[in-house]
Amino acid sequence: MSFQPVHFYQTGTFTVGNRLLSAEERSVQANVERTNSLNSGHRACQGCGEALGARYAIDAAMNAARGRLIAANATGCLEVFSTPYPETSWQIPWIHSLFGNTAAIGTGIAAAIKVKRQKGQMDDVRVVAQGGDGGTTDIGFGCLSGMFERNDDVLYICYDNGGYMNTGVQRSSATPPAARTATTMPVGPEPGNNFGQGKFVPAIAMAHEIPYVATATVADLRDLEYKVTKAMGMRGARYIHILVPCPLGWGAASQDTIKLARLAKETGIFPVFEAENGEVTGVLKIRRPQPVEEYLKLQKRYAHLFGKKPAVETIARLQAAADKNIRKYGLLDQEAN
Amino acid sequence: MDKPFAITLDPGSSLANRTGSWRTSRPVYLDRLPPCNKQCPAGEDIQGWLFHAESGDYESAWRHLTKDNPFPAIMGRVCYHSCEGACNRGQLDAPVGINSVERFLGDEALKRGWKLTAPASESGKHVLIVGAGPSGMSAAYHLRRLGHQVTVQEAGPLLGGMMRFGIPKYRLPRDVLEAEMQRVVDLGVKVKLGSKVDNILETMQEGGFDAAFLAVGAHIGKRAMIPAGDAAKIIDAISLLRSMEGEDKPLLGRRVVVYGGGNTAIDVARTAKRMGAEPLIVYRRTREKMPAHDFEVEEALQEGIMVKWLSTIKQAHESSLTIEKMALDGKGFPQPTGEYETIEADSLVLALGQDVDLGLLEGVPGLEVSDGVVQVSANMMTGHAGIFAGGDMVPAERNVTVAIGHGKKAAKNIDAWLRGEEYVAPPKKEVATFENLNTWYYADAPKTVRPMLDIIRRQSTFEEVQGGLDESNALFEARRCLSCGNCFECDNCYGVCPDNAVIKLGPGKRFEFNYDYCKGCGMCVAECPCGAIKMEAEEI
Repeated sequence: MSFQPVHFYQTGTFTVGNRLLSAEERSVQANVERTNSLNSGHRACQGCGEALGARYAIDAAMNAARGRLIAANATGCLEVFSTPYPETSWQIPWIHSLFGNTAAIGTGIAAAIKVKRQKGQMDDVRVVAQGGDGGTTDIGFGCLSGMFERNDDVLYICYDNGGYMNTGVQRSSATPPAARTATTMPVGPEPGNNFGQGKFVPAIAMAHEIPYVATATVADLRDLEYKVTKAMGMRGARYIHILVPCPLGWGAASQDTIKLARLAKETGIFPVFEAENGEVTGVLKIRRPQPVEEYLKLQKRYAHLFGKKPAVETIARLQAAADKNIRKYGLLDQEAN
Repeated sequence: MDKPFAITLDPGSSLANRTGSWRTSRPVYLDRLPPCNKQCPAGEDIQGWLFHAESGDYESAWRHLTKDNPFPAIMGRVCYHSCEGACNRGQLDAPVGINSVERFLGDEALKRGWKLTAPASESGKHVLIVGAGPSGMSAAYHLRRLGHQVTVQEAGPLLGGMMRFGIPKYRLPRDVLEAEMQRVVDLGVKVKLGSKVDNILETMQEGGFDAAFLAVGAHIGKRAMIPAGDAAKIIDAISLLRSMEGEDKPLLGRRVVVYGGGNTAIDVARTAKRMGAEPLIVYRRTREKMPAHDFEVEEALQEGIMVKWLSTIKQAHESSLTIEKMALDGKGFPQPTGEYETIEADSLVLALGQDVDLGLLEGVPGLEVSDGVVQVSANMMTGHAGIFAGGDMVPAERNVTVAIGHGKKAAKNIDAWLRGEEYVAPPKKEVATFENLNTWYYADAPKTVRPMLDIIRRQSTFEEVQGGLDESNALFEARRCLSCGNCFECDNCYGVCPDNAVIKLGPGKRFEFNYDYCKGCGMCVAECPCGAIKMEAEEI
């Protein structure tokens, strides 16, 4: 069962809060007492999806862990913009790791806590390891797979913006096909990232048959909070993959961050689902189906598809990929919305 | 120095970094004018009262509503709710059933006995109101609330004016009308029934009035030149509807022909149907050109009322009429065809519009009358200082809601005039358009339809045709409101800001921007469901 929306309260659970819902039914983000794990003054770009996604996720984790949480954080945008020495935006215990070993650091923290608890030296503290798609799908992948395989008691959160953005928008293995980056073909008959490469880590995580795998976007807060809370209620290795649009790297307007995340989900380009022990147990259905162009044309990284001669074939291939997601995960149904 | 190796600075917070300096444009909260409010002839703050109704606080909703219009139960039955035509939700699925929620609130108030708010203090001024129809009673209410002493003089035997003598019972039950009239009287409004004002200046002088508001309505049925035999029975629609209120119901016969295409024609035909007659409406143009509201035409047709389109009446005989067929020309005007036809008719009712009885204004200096109506300035004052007018007797669309709006507007202007000032309306806010909204956030919810009376009972009784909503579906309907242009505290701005630069002030207090950290990304504006935030360029 995925998140069940509340209907007919004007905006139901679509909005962050809702004065017509009881306090228990409202989101963590609607509460003035939310942790604000990632505080004001951070140096993320205007409209940063990752800054938003990190606060959404970690505030929900803090809420679920009653404030007893340690986070390990891979090198990347999230680390760079939040902690220029000696300042920090983090209002939680937070450890910076190398680019590639966050999952291992998370494992180590969890192991240390376990030992201390066995000795009666401390009460339970939960562990989150987090990083961008570069630190997760490329550089940190070995450590991550190991953490999954050992079923270490860590919730790993990947904020996927589809590239190495703070170093100047280089391609990662999470960069989608046809998207242009600084290290993909800049010109020629078919510029942009190649088709058929890259990896979808949620599927790989599921292949490890760990207790919980989920995807989410910054456009569906209630679904995201539900998944983080659910993951925090479990033990063992858990993985949440959050799509966080990047205005800089995607060449999008800063106010369109949430809109893009919503379109990624509504077009089927990014399937939003959850899986337990390797099996899909719930999907967030598409509410208002849209063609992929609606998503693509807002981003300059796809601008070459919409030139004087639109790249109809490429767009059709991207649409086919989205349609495949819709079929594979059952994203559409009659009772959608 | 007891810091760890290679550490020289104390840990600091990023709050030291005022990212607000990055901004080139800033978000600001604003209240836009919802299209329903803009459209309402009575000037109701519809979005405002729906806001209270959404949370189930019906009394607050009713109090908010009655600040502008004291007759929600009447409105919920007879208002043509042009607000619903303007409703932004209409572009999403179907407009909010504003009228049905208004009726629910009105009925709830009558059921629970809620009273209108009495004036806080008395001004010592005395205003005469001529005519106890919607306009006069609305003015009486607003003037009384402003602390003025009010006397209403009405020529007829009962309160309500056209609401009683022009609108049939099956649309407006009389107990509802009386209850809402009485509630205004209970505020301390003095009423003199059956006392016609023949000369306004004399009456004002005798009573020591400081100002007067005239709202005598338009009660004289227009006649048409129809050659008729002595035995032909011809009456006008208004006289017919008025006589329905008395003891002696009019005798119409079996075949009743109603001549005209306005709402009054429909009312007469439906009334005749309920009296057991077989009414036939004769109208010179087509259904599309009919001035009557389409839903009323539809309801009449459902009840089995026949209509003869594109026809004019040339001559009336004792039990028949001669009719000429018409054809629309290129400009849409009906032109005679020279083709005649005879139809059976026991009586002919003329529903061709009404004129104003302006007798009371004879000899008033400065007054200007043209096209049979009294000219008023923008502040509702006639050419004679201190005499104001509204409703059907001034140039405007003629319906109850417009009349109520006139009453309110006149009251505000009379109040200012009595203080030797001029009423200045607050500046109009920019309109909340559909494009200002982010409709993704609204739950999908189809309109709730009000129950309709069974067709057989509609054809034979004067029971109310349209039912009301009950509490649960009135609440549902209220919650379909998109709150266009006005913050309803959904917390979206507070949630979606990647920089924590929105401060939540608590229930009812809305939000504030923390411009020290707001980078001006504009996400709050894009994700505000109701369009209550906009970006403004920063002075750089």
